[in-house]
Amino acid sequence: MTPEEKKKLELFAVDVREGIVKSTHAAKSGHPGGSLSATEYYTYLYNKELRADPKNPKDPNRDRFVLSKGHCAPGLYATLANKGFFPVKDLLTLRHIGSYLQGHPNMNLTPGVDMSTGSLGQGISTAAGMAKAAKYLKSDVRVYTLLGDGELAEGQVWEATMFSAHYKLDNLCITVDVNGLQIDGATKDVMNTEPLDKKFEAFGCNVIKIDGQSFDDLEKAFKFFHDNQGSGKPTVILMKTTKGKGVSYMENQAGWHGKAPNDAELEQALKELEDARKKIEAA
Amino acid sequence: MAEVKKIATRDSYGNALVELGKKTDKVVVLDADLAGATKTGTFKKAFPDRFFDCGIAECNLIGTAAGMSTMGLVPFASTFAMFAAGRAFEQVRNTIGYPHLNVKVCATHGGISVGEDGASHQCCEDFALMRTIPGMTVMCPSDDVEARKMVEAAYEMQGPVYIRFGRAATPVYHDENFKFEIGKGEVVKDYGTDVAIIANGILVPEAIQAAEDLKAEGINARVINMATIKPIDKDLVLKAAKDCGKIVTVEEHNIYGGLGEAVCGVLAEEFPVPVRRVGVKDEFGHSGPAAQLLKDMGLCADTIVAKTKELL
Repeated sequence: MTPEEKKKLELFAVDVREGIVKSTHAAKSGHPGGSLSATEYYTYLYNKELRADPKNPKDPNRDRFVLSKGHCAPGLYATLANKGFFPVKDLLTLRHIGSYLQGHPNMNLTPGVDMSTGSLGQGISTAAGMAKAAKYLKSDVRVYTLLGDGELAEGQVWEATMFSAHYKLDNLCITVDVNGLQIDGATKDVMNTEPLDKKFEAFGCNVIKIDGQSFDDLEKAFKFFHDNQGSGKPTVILMKTTKGKGVSYMENQAGWHGKAPNDAELEQALKELEDARKKIEAA
Repeated sequence: MAEVKKIATRDSYGNALVELGKKTDKVVVLDADLAGATKTGTFKKAFPDRFFDCGIAECNLIGTAAGMSTMGLVPFASTFAMFAAGRAFEQVRNTIGYPHLNVKVCATHGGISVGEDGASHQCCEDFALMRTIPGMTVMCPSDDVEARKMVEAAYEMQGPVYIRFGRAATPVYHDENFKFEIGKGEVVKDYGTDVAIIANGILVPEAIQAAEDLKAEGINARVINMATIKPIDKDLVLKAAKDCGKIVTVEEHNIYGGLGEAVCGVLAEEFPVPVRRVGVKDEFGHSGPAAQLLKDMGLCADTIVAKTKELL
């Protein structure tokens, strides 16, 4: 990736973060913490990786993305809006009566959403089903899914992982946003899911650990996924991130898992993001 | 009298899948290590490349089927009723029902006629659970012919479907010319208008037997096979209420939440008449031969006759 390309991604990520804080502020609820930790992932996925056309969001040959950690919809919506799937101004309707931006993703209402999710542990099964169907149909469609590390306590995640390895779904890219925090506190204290690399390896996956806030690392991880095509193994990207990344008072605070910023907090967040934007532009 | 042919509707299901498989390669079948029992094994044998075993993991089975349907396939997902409607209820609700996906959840071993396996496997709650999911079509065939035509109709319609098939071999009373339509009940006997008996599943032959017994005593019943529990055939229920003034419902399901309550819901709001419900009386089953269990728990012609007499 050239410095210009990286700069574009960095600026896009600022736009996504703005969308997250503005939309959750307007909704007076929602999940900014895990949306912010996954912002670089969303940004890279939709700008560099996924074959998806905002003008033809139902194209049967598109790659699929399933947000298994569906509560991080604000990040997905902000990404889709900034890619042109729908107007950015509509982000402010998040969670409002009559809005097509539901609290958790709805595939029948929102352009660009490939699966309705929200109940944790279930998205990964649907992604595995899509990947299996692609194999059956001899299609080159790739399937991507994003999970939270707290979500991995759901037994169904491991049912789906077993299925994916059993059916050799090397067209499936499972990413875990390892931000280390969930509603009740640190993941290691609530229900320790580590060691994740050893677990997924033991389940028959190719595993790579990266810094999920680094575009260079994300590029490396998706290259790893591409190189694994033909290996007969699903790819797992364990991406270490910071919950609440990019908004100082939200960073590494479990309390910002599912809470919206108030007026003053929004103002401060937007100021910080504006500063970040200027810094990127000046670089 | 010639011996009546008996076939379990789970066998009908397996055979119907093979017929569908010959028609289209969009049909795929998933199971959770019960292919031999659910009879999806029949399909597996004919089309091994379109059969996917998910292992003993019913929640993932449902999710996987949902994902496949978004790729244009028509998945039939099978396991026992207990695990499809029970264990994976929330998966059916959230990943099939909520997005209204074109998945056919086809469960076998519904009701107490599962027999010897006992209460842990005798699902008498599936109609209730599936009926509460918006947009879900819920059906239960009464014999082999209806079961096969129902599978085809489920494939032809767009949207989520739940069908319950039985384990035990039961009489075949439809002929091959029978036309099945989703959402339409069927008058199978019309001896008169003293009472209407509305039944489904393997108890329809018992309802017919009850009507014969009642006739011998000068009580003339209409027997309706209500194979679609949701959407229920409101017109036929109301016509029965208006013509007969008394209704007995019969089902191999808890009296809470199933066919009986669906019928009562229609009647209570539009044309109230006295009703008696024959079903599992809010209790768990137990081990034993199916025929004996059905008798012991009151799911037989004698009970239907007795309940009818309460109304007269």
